[in-house]
Amino acid sequence: MSDLNKLTIAGARDALRKGDVTSVELTEACLAAIDGADALGAVVHKTPEIALDRARAADARIKSGDAPAMCGIPLGIKDLFCTEGVPSQAASKILEGFRPEYESTVSGLLRDAGAVMLGKLNMDEFAMGSSNETSVYGNAVNPWRAGNSDAALTPGGSSGGSASAVAADLCLAATGTDTGGSIRQPAAFTGIVGLKPTYGRCSRWGIVAFASSLDQAGPMTKTVRDAAIMGQAMMGHDPKDSTSADLPVPDFEAMLTGDIKGQVIGIPKEYRMDGMPDEIEALWAKGREMLQDAGAVLRDISLPHTKYALPAYYVIAPAEASSNLARYDGVRFGYRAKLDQGDGITEMYEKTRAEGFGAEVKRRVMVGTYVLSAGFYDAYYNRARKVRALIKRDFDQVFEGGVDAILTPATPSAAFELGQTHQDPVEMYLNDVFTVTVNLAGLPGISVPVGLDGRGLPLGLQLIGKPWDEGGLLNTAYALEQAAGFVDKPVKWW
Amino acid sequence: MSIDTATAAKVAKLARIKVDEDDLPALAQEFNAILGFIEQLNELDVDGIDPMVSVTPMRLKRREDVVTDGDQQARILSNAPDAREGFFAVPKVVE
Repeated sequence: MSDLNKLTIAGARDALRKGDVTSVELTEACLAAIDGADALGAVVHKTPEIALDRARAADARIKSGDAPAMCGIPLGIKDLFCTEGVPSQAASKILEGFRPEYESTVSGLLRDAGAVMLGKLNMDEFAMGSSNETSVYGNAVNPWRAGNSDAALTPGGSSGGSASAVAADLCLAATGTDTGGSIRQPAAFTGIVGLKPTYGRCSRWGIVAFASSLDQAGPMTKTVRDAAIMGQAMMGHDPKDSTSADLPVPDFEAMLTGDIKGQVIGIPKEYRMDGMPDEIEALWAKGREMLQDAGAVLRDISLPHTKYALPAYYVIAPAEASSNLARYDGVRFGYRAKLDQGDGITEMYEKTRAEGFGAEVKRRVMVGTYVLSAGFYDAYYNRARKVRALIKRDFDQVFEGGVDAILTPATPSAAFELGQTHQDPVEMYLNDVFTVTVNLAGLPGISVPVGLDGRGLPLGLQLIGKPWDEGGLLNTAYALEQAAGFVDKPVKWW
Repeated sequence: MSIDTATAAKVAKLARIKVDEDDLPALAQEFNAILGFIEQLNELDVDGIDPMVSVTPMRLKRREDVVTDGDQQARILSNAPDAREGFFAVPKVVE
């Protein structure tokens, strides 16, 4: 078999079980692809020895006939996941040199299932960003290019390295995390599938925390079927995360029938934004038509508090970040600034954090500090939490009214050029306008590639599901994927 | 609500992030842009709305109040920038 790195998880699993290929062969193909793709900046810590050790162990396990679906599958792991003995920096200078003594629950579940870690993947620093431009490692680059242009495009963020690596076939799939859209937006920008599960499905233990009430890990894959397989392997109750849901995880792959006859798909009018590019509007219309043709019933719905989602998010997420990132004090792990004669512990904290955090992280930590400070807590933080309750109530009412899933655009544009640094941070925040509501309400959401824009760049649609209904959501996504028939790949230039 | 450089300096201090005097006006301006964006939340009437606490009503799990962990001093110190004699080392705290 050739081009083993281009396989899907499902394809590789079946070939492994049949004995047509070994995990070592798959892993070597991916490692070679990674070594040839430094220009993408996707893989920031390569772990070839760990990969080959695990691949050999996986081959032995497959031979013995006891192998779960993920056994022997080469993956990339976002740098936000703590991986035992392997640098885990959240793309920040402040975690320089940090080698965790433990493995995050999610990457541990994948490891125990026999999956092979190829390396750690680039991201925005502490997952704060929508273009992968805030990383201490430098930019991750989108393997896609617009038309004949050779301008470097963003793979999106924060899981930009994951998206770039999967789209460029450096790995079969990757882990991502999503706090405001960080799985779904990069997936849409790179023509892959990204699933953000219901809050509580994947344990947050061992994942570097950004905003704990919003953070959720999920799979970034080449197909919906792969998202079902890998997502299932990542989920499950974990006593080490008090918000982890003690609910059984169904066999998602078995639920992929593609039959969505009679399913009610909500189309929220508030997602028709002023100034939305025609191509996004046209893509959304195409998606509606595809689901209708597949037998779904479309229903116009209203989510009236949608416009308040981003402002609420930019109170809640920085507030939680300022609290979570207080642990980076230069004492227990990571970077400590060089001190001058006479500097005390306060100077150590202040210099360490000034030098260790990048500009966007500092900005958000300070905004969070401000909204939580005495006198403003009620005006900002508590108000935002109440607005969050209203946003969630919008969704609750729609689902109670019989809607099974909601279809929206995934992003307000296709991938944009790197280096067009936005002077206004708020402008960058607008990238998450369609995805952030889902995090605030804790719902599952999935981005599915549906078409190309006029310049040949991928565009995605988002489906939003009911809490804990990843199975139904994946099946609707599967039907959309089948109808869209998106098979385009970026032309290799790297 | 407009943030001046004194407020920006206070916030930086609370966040324990050193910001040079010269950079404070730009920082204050960024805060104002972000807070201006957040101001929209004031358009809503949130009287009588309880702040959201969880996605689905779920009681936080409790565990037995017992020791389940420990004896990992070397592993805990292994990533410290400065560890001595089994402790994290920091600049002098008390004169």
